[in-house]
Amino acid sequence: MERIRNILKKCLAFILGKSKSILVTIKPSLIAICMGLIAGIIMMLIFNPSETLSGLRNLLIGVIYRNNQLNLRGILTTLHHSTTIILTGIAVVFAFRTGLFNIGASGQMMMGAYVTVHVGVLWSLPAPFHWIVGIFLGVVAGTIYGLIPGILKAMRNVNEVVTSIMLNWIAASLLVYLVNRNVLNPFTQGGSQNIQPTAIIPRLFSNYQLTIGFLIAIAMGILAHFLLYRTTLGFQLRASGFNVDGSKYAGMNTKRNIILSMGISGAFAGLAGALLFSNYGKTLSTEVHVFMEGFEGISVALLGLGEPIGAIIAGIFLSYIKQGGFYMQPAFRPEISDMIIGVIIYFTAISLALQLALKKYSGKIKTFIKRKHLTTREEDEQ
Amino acid sequence: MTYKIEMRNITKRFGNLTANDQVNLQVKKGEIHAILGENGAGKSTLMSILFGLIPADEGDIFIDGKQVHIKTPNDANRLGIGMVHQHFKLVEAFRVIDNIILGVEDVNKGLLSYQEARTKINELIKLYGLNVELDALIRDISVGQQQRVEILKMLYRDSEILIFDEPTAVLTPQEIKELIAIMKGFSREGKTIILITHKLNEIKQVADRCTVLRRGKMIDTVNVIDVSINEMADMMVGREVLFDVSKAPQAVGESILKVHNLTVKSPEQTFVKNVSFEVFSGEILGLAGIDGNGQTELIQAITGLRPFQEGTLTFKGIDVTNMSIREKYELGFAHIPEDRQRYGLILDFDLQSNLVLQNFYMEKFQSKFMLKFDRIREHSEKLINRFDIRSEKGPSTIVRNMSGGNQQKAILAREIQKPHHLLIAVQPTRGLDVGAIENIHKQLIDERQKGKAVLMVSLDIDEIMDVSDRILVMHEGEIVANVLAKDANINELGLYMLGEKREANNDGAHS
Ligand SMILES: Nc1ncnc2c1ncn2[C@@H]1O[C@H](COP(=O)(O)OP(=O)(O)OP(=O)(O)O)[C@@H](O)[C@H]1O
Ligand SMILES: [Mg+2]
Repeated sequence: MERIRNILKKCLAFILGKSKSILVTIKPSLIAICMGLIAGIIMMLIFNPSETLSGLRNLLIGVIYRNNQLNLRGILTTLHHSTTIILTGIAVVFAFRTGLFNIGASGQMMMGAYVTVHVGVLWSLPAPFHWIVGIFLGVVAGTIYGLIPGILKAMRNVNEVVTSIMLNWIAASLLVYLVNRNVLNPFTQGGSQNIQPTAIIPRLFSNYQLTIGFLIAIAMGILAHFLLYRTTLGFQLRASGFNVDGSKYAGMNTKRNIILSMGISGAFAGLAGALLFSNYGKTLSTEVHVFMEGFEGISVALLGLGEPIGAIIAGIFLSYIKQGGFYMQPAFRPEISDMIIGVIIYFTAISLALQLALKKYSGKIKTFIKRKHLTTREEDEQ
Repeated sequence: MTYKIEMRNITKRFGNLTANDQVNLQVKKGEIHAILGENGAGKSTLMSILFGLIPADEGDIFIDGKQVHIKTPNDANRLGIGMVHQHFKLVEAFRVIDNIILGVEDVNKGLLSYQEARTKINELIKLYGLNVELDALIRDISVGQQQRVEILKMLYRDSEILIFDEPTAVLTPQEIKELIAIMKGFSREGKTIILITHKLNEIKQVADRCTVLRRGKMIDTVNVIDVSINEMADMMVGREVLFDVSKAPQAVGESILKVHNLTVKSPEQTFVKNVSFEVFSGEILGLAGIDGNGQTELIQAITGLRPFQEGTLTFKGIDVTNMSIREKYELGFAHIPEDRQRYGLILDFDLQSNLVLQNFYMEKFQSKFMLKFDRIREHSEKLINRFDIRSEKGPSTIVRNMSGGNQQKAILAREIQKPHHLLIAVQPTRGLDVGAIENIHKQLIDERQKGKAVLMVSLDIDEIMDVSDRILVMHEGEIVANVLAKDANINELGLYMLGEKREANNDGAHS
């Protein structure tokens, strides 16, 4: 009896946010995930009530366990697809920790992708060097493309969100132009040529898609964490992110920090594009569009609570739900998992924003609302 | 008898730290009740509990003998409790009258109209002498007037219990006098007042009784007429406090900082007009003046936080006019900034990181771009002990959760221990308790004894007189007086500060 009461008490404290464990920190993400699943269940009940239970099971564990056996392919495919969004997630997180919003991860990723494909198609190098050089130069391209909004922000105080969005579209058009000009597939005319076999990144297991790119992504998450929390550079970047005036007072070069942070963020995004297009059979299309993975990075960063390690976990999780949606077929359309992901992201953003707003602006919001009342009343009087 | 307010056995813990430990507070109706205690003693915490900002872990509250449960500030308002916080909570872009009325929504007297409100406020203004322009924007009025708006807000809500958390820390001497008169008026009208302050002479002037807290525990409640200022200080600190600042003579040495024809402007306004002066090693130069006469801008220009349009800076013979903040830091500048939360600290960093904010990149704390956390921790523990910085979790406390006074101590510790020749201290003792002030004054004098140059800016004329060797007075962006402290008297300095008198030809150097 006593024990049950204790547990209840703890649950209550947890919901009210009074106990200070790791659970409290990840609470917004957990709540959001629950909301997403509830929304998913409601959708399933509407479309196909009799299959809801089995659909839910497939969604939740189909990736791991299917047809009475371990679903190795499901697991490895999930990890494979998580690689890109983990990296774009890390890119967003890194800038965010410096107080910047890198909405341009897509553009940086596209530049990385193009350069890697360019090297992979047109250059001739022996095996390990070819893909290594291709990916490396892709990272360089992403870095340079990330530096542009950073420099504009530092030197001219141009909002990085605005420039990043514009640069995304510039990258999309530039990409098509460059593909058409340099690496167009003469037969299909609709995309780039396949990269040479020497430029393909090695797989971890020959029968599965998963490449060493996934390991690189994990390593990057750890590296980003390390950079932010262990190095002098991270110290400065985080200081500027929290308090620009305070960092200036402390003699830090806040302008340089902004540029560096955007450059590093661009490097992660560039790596995402480079790794993705070092896969067997991946080609660039000649239609003008902005890569969605960059925006998914924002979702990953949100769900990962702005931490690099969080981005790894969130990236794998989102990829897992997506793959789970695939296994819900044919009873349900896999888009249900997209919807669940959408709701999850929506709620993470809301609960984070709410928490922040409550903390920072509770007074201001209150008075703002009151002010509105007031003005209307004053008008009434006249 | 029944007390107006009675708080019984209040306990509040933050993690391992007990901010209030079985505290009892009894306040009579119509009295002015002071709460006294060192930085971090738990005063703000106790009042936040009474005002419903944070919940107590244990204990009961009684108002007029009836037990009450105050969970939110709205509950407090309904019970007639109002509070003026140390950092005002006004909406800068709104008019005074709006700010006053905004509070009333909470009480839900939905039918009040603007005209009625205006009449009521004007009555309150007349009754208590709280002069303030109702249609001015908050951002256009002085800090002292903003405080009056906060007070009017409480009165407008018909508060019977008025809590003031360090109300005088931000006021000029004249404004303090006026506030004291206003508080006495409240008590005559039968309102009950709780006053938190570190200034013992204020308690002596206005308070009837005084409750002393020390490290979260209630020590005693005394009648103010029965005790001397010294006794109060001893009770609060738990040891004897020396009020006299004793200074051994110290020879003034070479010129450390030379400011020459410095002008600071914005497109709209000139803050500092052609100012020149020198600070020498072995002296404390006090910069006095009424708030808003260019002191802030002058110091920001010298330290590098603000660009300046004309003039040169020379530091030990080196031209530092165009040097970065870090270069100046490395040459030997130390700076205790005026706005500690905005400039002095990264509030979301922990204490140990804040203590190496400017020198984290140096050999001592870094190798190959990696921070040496063990060294940083060691360093912070040393400073925490030496400067008695109190906090919940020591080096890893997030600075935002530290009491105001302890935040200030952290900055001071960081700046004084760094190798330097010049210490620029802007309002170094703002918000500190007498024990800590005594300690800081001692540190400043130690600095001078070690041959450092100290430039101290203070709005507190007593502090300027006690600590400085030489005094500059600023008025409307100009230096209007340069006198040796031993030759100065308060009345004369007052005239300089008001701009009613100015010294003929002064060049800012030694007279
Ligand atoms: N939100 C919080 N989380 C953790 N600790 C806190 C929090 N608020 C206050 N404390 C701690 O409780 C103690 C008492 O703080 P409080 O602000 O009441 O002190 P104070 O007497 O008002 O001091 P000061 O004169 O410096 O303002 C301090 O040690 C402070 O660090
Ligand atoms: Mg306080």
